[in-house]
Amino acid sequence: MSPAYAYYPGCSGLGTSMEYEQSTRAICEALDVNLVDIPDWSCCGSTPAHTVDHTLSCALAARNLGLVEKMGLDTVITPCPSCLTNLKTAVHRMGDEEFMRRVNSLLDEPVGNTVRVKSVLQALIEDVGPEKLAERVVRPLSGLRVAPYYGCIMNRPPEVMEFDDHENPVAMDRLMEAIGAEVAPFPLKVECCGASFGVARKDVVARLSGKLLDLAEANQAMAMVTACPLCQMNLDLRQGQINAATKSQHEMPVFYYTQLIGLALGLDESSLGLNKLCVNPGLALREAERKTAEAAS
Amino acid sequence: MRIGVFVCHCGSNIAGNVDVGSVAEQALSLPDVAFASDTMYACAEQGQEGIIEAIRDHGLDGVVVASCTPRMHEPTFRRTVERAGLNRYMFEMANIREHVSWIGKDKEANTRKALDLVSMAVSKLRYDRPLTPKSFEVNKRVMVVGGGVAGIQAALDCANGGLEVVLVEKQSTIGGKMAKLDKTFPTVDCSSCILGPKMVDVSQHPNITLYASSEIDELSGYVGNYTATIRRKATYVDWEACTGCGLCMEKCPSKKSADYFNEGVGTTTAINIPFPQAIPKKASIDPDFCIRFTKGKCGVCAKVCPTEAIRYEQEDELVTEEVGAVIAATGFDLFDTSKYAQYGGGRYPDVITSLQYERLLSASGPTGGHVKRPSDGKEPETVVFVQCVGSRDKSVDRPYCSGFCCMYTAKQAILTKDHLPGSQSYVFYMDIRAPGKLYDEFTRRAMEEYDTRYIRGRVAMIYPKGDKYVVRGADTLAGTQVEIEADLVVLAAGAESAKGSPRMAEKLRISYDKYGFFMESHPKLRPVETNTAGVFLAGACQGPKDIPSSVSQGSAAASKVLEMFSKDMLESDPQVAAVDIKRCIGCGKCVQTCPFGAIEETDFRGQPKAGVIETVCQGCGLCTATCPQGAIQLQHFTDNQILAEVNALCRQPLVTSFE
Repeated sequence: MSPAYAYYPGCSGLGTSMEYEQSTRAICEALDVNLVDIPDWSCCGSTPAHTVDHTLSCALAARNLGLVEKMGLDTVITPCPSCLTNLKTAVHRMGDEEFMRRVNSLLDEPVGNTVRVKSVLQALIEDVGPEKLAERVVRPLSGLRVAPYYGCIMNRPPEVMEFDDHENPVAMDRLMEAIGAEVAPFPLKVECCGASFGVARKDVVARLSGKLLDLAEANQAMAMVTACPLCQMNLDLRQGQINAATKSQHEMPVFYYTQLIGLALGLDESSLGLNKLCVNPGLALREAERKTAEAAS
Repeated sequence: MRIGVFVCHCGSNIAGNVDVGSVAEQALSLPDVAFASDTMYACAEQGQEGIIEAIRDHGLDGVVVASCTPRMHEPTFRRTVERAGLNRYMFEMANIREHVSWIGKDKEANTRKALDLVSMAVSKLRYDRPLTPKSFEVNKRVMVVGGGVAGIQAALDCANGGLEVVLVEKQSTIGGKMAKLDKTFPTVDCSSCILGPKMVDVSQHPNITLYASSEIDELSGYVGNYTATIRRKATYVDWEACTGCGLCMEKCPSKKSADYFNEGVGTTTAINIPFPQAIPKKASIDPDFCIRFTKGKCGVCAKVCPTEAIRYEQEDELVTEEVGAVIAATGFDLFDTSKYAQYGGGRYPDVITSLQYERLLSASGPTGGHVKRPSDGKEPETVVFVQCVGSRDKSVDRPYCSGFCCMYTAKQAILTKDHLPGSQSYVFYMDIRAPGKLYDEFTRRAMEEYDTRYIRGRVAMIYPKGDKYVVRGADTLAGTQVEIEADLVVLAAGAESAKGSPRMAEKLRISYDKYGFFMESHPKLRPVETNTAGVFLAGACQGPKDIPSSVSQGSAAASKVLEMFSKDMLESDPQVAAVDIKRCIGCGKCVQTCPFGAIEETDFRGQPKAGVIETVCQGCGLCTATCPQGAIQLQHFTDNQILAEVNALCRQPLVTSFE
């Protein structure tokens, strides 16, 4: 068993992206990554807080970091890039003592800023590693050609996130290769999908996410792979809206990378929440199987 | 002793916030001061005449001038006092401009500090003794380091001026970056056709010794008498025997070697001559790709060579050359465009650098001058040029303008239309910087006659879509975002200092700036000199330069060497260490400390003593600080002189200006 991580699921993990949360827990268990839930965790500040008040926003994140300190663990991991940004920004900003003092004045118990924050993706690539993952694969997804899409905040800004290349990240590509999938070139890896404009300005999301789907299809990807609940929702849930707005006919399944890893590890489909995806992944998965079988015979 | 003090106004530079009149008046009360006055411009003709007059009228033995930095005018005033009949070392300078008026606005405090500095100078001057420079012979040979166009020009000018020249080039051929260019701006004449004859001149000149594939290992000595150790790198070919016939290249089975001359566009053979006009035209083996070196087999070149010139067992060889002066012309490197991951340079086959594009345009390049996409060999219809890739961008630590990218991009856009009349070129630019002769007219031609579309704004990203590349950027004049689907993208790489330039600067004992470019002695008035006597600069090693500037500077550096060598003897600076034989106990600590090897152990009536080699001594004073007996003293900066300064500063009433 590798050393334990404090685990921060984030609120979307319990709601809109349950399948990300489920599949993350499932593959971590299968890969002996020990997740310990943070007792009484609260909202990280999400998108609204930092637009109002930086100190308050950091205090929300810092409360959770304080809880991790009390657990006696040194690293917290989270699947959601948005939670990750808030937690990492808090750590980064609290490097300034004056700022940290102001944050602590808002908290019941002062935080020492000793906890390290990582995404689950970073933990998988750095601490488990693609080699070990490849060893555990029982059902390689060799027939599946995927376009890995990281979203705009997993790696940026680089001085805060300190992970992978901020213009051309490759962590997810390596994991996909490790489970046998074919990685299609996808140069818009860190482009914006339209983010929370999905509520206020659907036309913006239709244009930006539409462009991502166009390029994935142009590069013969059979599916897109994401690491962010919001990106996944814009690409998957709104694919019908995008098709209507941009007169396209995409039928591109949009997986969480954890779901595909789970499949390759031979985990039960129900534990990966595949039934929660809007665009039916069955067609792509069957096609992949057919190609694998063809190649084997 | 009778001392005169002259306090300079420097217009309003000093007088603006130092009460110079009061400083002069109070200086009169300092010990031994017989005369003091303030003067508008001490360095001007009138100011200097005033000093000479005062020396004569008042019978002065020494002079203090309180004005600007000694770097600027110490030599000026030394000459002045000499004209009045004094020894030139009976002069001291107090820097009340850079050290006082330019850095503080409090006039009262400034005046106090200025007086402190004057009083220190006076106290030191009281212990000054006349010094006489010795003269030494000059070795009238010059070494030029770097065989690009600046080095070639400097070498030819020196050689034509009658000097013996040693030209050292790192690559196996001279020509530098210019040899890789297809055409030059703004005349669009063939680069190798104008450079080629000069290269031939170098090889045929009786006064020039060329060491190609060679580097400077070490430079020792001093102005007029340098010793250079040159490493002749193994080329695995006996260049005496090699005739440059090229038979080995034809037969070499390893045809996938990196082609450095063609900037990695295409491949070459493991044994090769970089290009047809190479000087010297000799083959060399790239051991990283040679089958004989990597696998121990083959040996084809040795079999086919008609002159039996192949030497697989060859090793680096060290030669020493004695020279009197050095011209550094080590050039520049291009910015590594792959640092902009969002542009995909190095990842996408059809996103190339400007120098790679230059090779595609060149008739001697890998495509024979046909513009083809590296990925599939198709002729591009839409070519997008992206300027300022590694220029004027703080985020990649290159905030400076590289100066020539605007021009070469315009040239490449024009040439693209010449090669492919049906094509359309776009240029993303920040500003057009074209200040040279006929330069602005040239960029206008690219826009107006060659229909190149200039878009003002940075490119955000470049990504492949199908077999095209989407170039997305801002048009800051139209206030919109633009996307262009290109077949080929050319990144105009900025200039940076040559790799290893700080190390080279340390070998030459010259300064370099934070970007690795060599520093000139004065940015305006001594642009090709360095602060190390006898070492000069030419070309882009000093900062990004285009061909005309590099050539001008090559000639300028040569003229400086010729000027220096016009004298048979040089004067050595007498401000060097001197040993008091009676006090010296021969412990040898100074010998170990001296970084220049200027102190040797001598024998004085059977006793070991230190002896200073005056021409080698740089006057740094390390030995003085080391000597336990105080037996070795730096002339003009003796312990007594420095203590006198300290005492002057610490004298009552307590001075507050240094707190």
